[in-house]
Amino acid sequence: MSEVIFTNEMDEEMTLNMGPHHPSTHGVLRFIVSSDGEIIRKAVPDVGYLHRSIEKIGERNTYPGYMPYTDRVDYVAAMFANECWASACEKLMGITVPKRAQYLRVISCELNRISSHMVALGAMAMDIGATTPFPWTLRERERVNDLVEELCGARLTYNYHRIGGVSFDVPKGWIDKANHFLDLFDPAMEEFDRLITLNDIFIKRLANVAVITAEEAVDWGLVGPNLRASGVDWDLRKADNYSVYSELDFDVPVGKGQHGTVGDCWDRFDVRVKECRESSKILRQALKKIDEHPEDDILGKLPKKLKPEGEAYARVESARGDMGCYVIGAGKEEPYRCRFRTGSFTAMGIIEAKSPGLFLADLVALIASLDVVAPEIDR
Amino acid sequence: MTPEDIHEKLKTELGEEAVFDFHPVSTKDRDAWLQVAPFEIERVCEYLKTTKGLSFDYLECITGVDYPDLKKIVVVYHLYSLTQKHRIVLKVFLDREDPTMPSIVNVWSAANWQERECFDLLGVLFEGHPDLRRLLLPDDWEGHPLRKDYEEKEEYHGIPTVRPNPIDLFKIQIPAKEAKAS
Repeated sequence: MSEVIFTNEMDEEMTLNMGPHHPSTHGVLRFIVSSDGEIIRKAVPDVGYLHRSIEKIGERNTYPGYMPYTDRVDYVAAMFANECWASACEKLMGITVPKRAQYLRVISCELNRISSHMVALGAMAMDIGATTPFPWTLRERERVNDLVEELCGARLTYNYHRIGGVSFDVPKGWIDKANHFLDLFDPAMEEFDRLITLNDIFIKRLANVAVITAEEAVDWGLVGPNLRASGVDWDLRKADNYSVYSELDFDVPVGKGQHGTVGDCWDRFDVRVKECRESSKILRQALKKIDEHPEDDILGKLPKKLKPEGEAYARVESARGDMGCYVIGAGKEEPYRCRFRTGSFTAMGIIEAKSPGLFLADLVALIASLDVVAPEIDR
Repeated sequence: MTPEDIHEKLKTELGEEAVFDFHPVSTKDRDAWLQVAPFEIERVCEYLKTTKGLSFDYLECITGVDYPDLKKIVVVYHLYSLTQKHRIVLKVFLDREDPTMPSIVNVWSAANWQERECFDLLGVLFEGHPDLRRLLLPDDWEGHPLRKDYEEKEEYHGIPTVRPNPIDLFKIQIPAKEAKAS
């Protein structure tokens, strides 16, 4: 918890240590806050507590053998790191993925996006004092976890995608179960809106707090929901049209400043709520269209030994925005270098610049609204 | 704009001593890249960001790669334009013994933390960076782990960096003396 380290008697400024085990820091990360009473002069983030040198581990593993490690890049949304690594390797080796596998990837990723946003939304509400929504969102997340467990056998670190496809096809009756979940999920989101998103107290707490303008968001390299909440209409799924997203119809929710200024904390919350609805829309279409493609055609043709030479950079739109993977091969079984570019990392960078003038309690709202996940920052 | 057009434009506007060695998309280089002279990087980036039609507003990624065989450290910039939706990759080849180059924090603020990470893990010194401290590793860490010749120390402040193989731990061995006594 927070503790006062040092008070300068001549000045009103004091230095507060927030973290590394503060409940609102979502993992282990620390802030050194200089504040004048309640008002922050500067908050300097101190990260690295969860650094596991994932990039170095990659240099010591084979291309397929590295897949389980990528789960740990972002354990709340592991499917995206899987997809990112798989697509980087596919781009490097020029492998095409069968259509059915691409649909399975979209389905698994969108399910994961829902479950990740459920944690983000519930935890954000809890951080600023509303405890009820958290169990509500976790109830939905459990349903998703049950579905994904049936699909790939794991509930958190999925290791589902493979270079060239995915590991399992859908089990019997799974598509009906997924459709049933969506039938329950859509009304649950309506309920969630009435409970918290459009709650007067909640709006008053978050509107106009920690506004990030569109220019700042682009300059600091914010991605995903954080960027869109600032009013920039950019989604990699639309911009790059990777995988089969071009065959699916969905909208990109953008922050509009309905209750305050564009790019405030409420906008960031609202964009995630709307994104869940869009994911549900995508899932319904994908679950219908997947049957157009032959069953069990889920793994593309791979060379016997994966010893590529060259380099590739692949991107996917993860739950926390643009996730990139840069892989260099040097004709060996292990990659020469692999690098993950993650959304939380750049989102953390902006906190130091945005913090001056914020209330101490609003810093918690800012961290929560950026939806940073500590392992994704540190890797 | 295609990478070829971008390269042509850079070459005519900034000169061949600033940008050179263009590699188009091939089976080896899946993204087109070009080399930038180390001390021209800020000028090139500024030009890429501010010129109409190029408007590279989004710095995606800064990566460092160590090549001991070439005696080089390569810093790779992945740039993207949110409005024009095109990409380019810049590479800067630095001397491995003295990897120093200008910072581009003044062009994109996003470079701030990414350059700190690159310094932390590869030891590239970015001149003009406002706060070049270690980011992920402790401040008193020795060496830069993503260099290929990095060797892990046996311990860090009394904390061992290696542990016995967990599989060996399950094979319980009774010490010879005790075995005789029983």
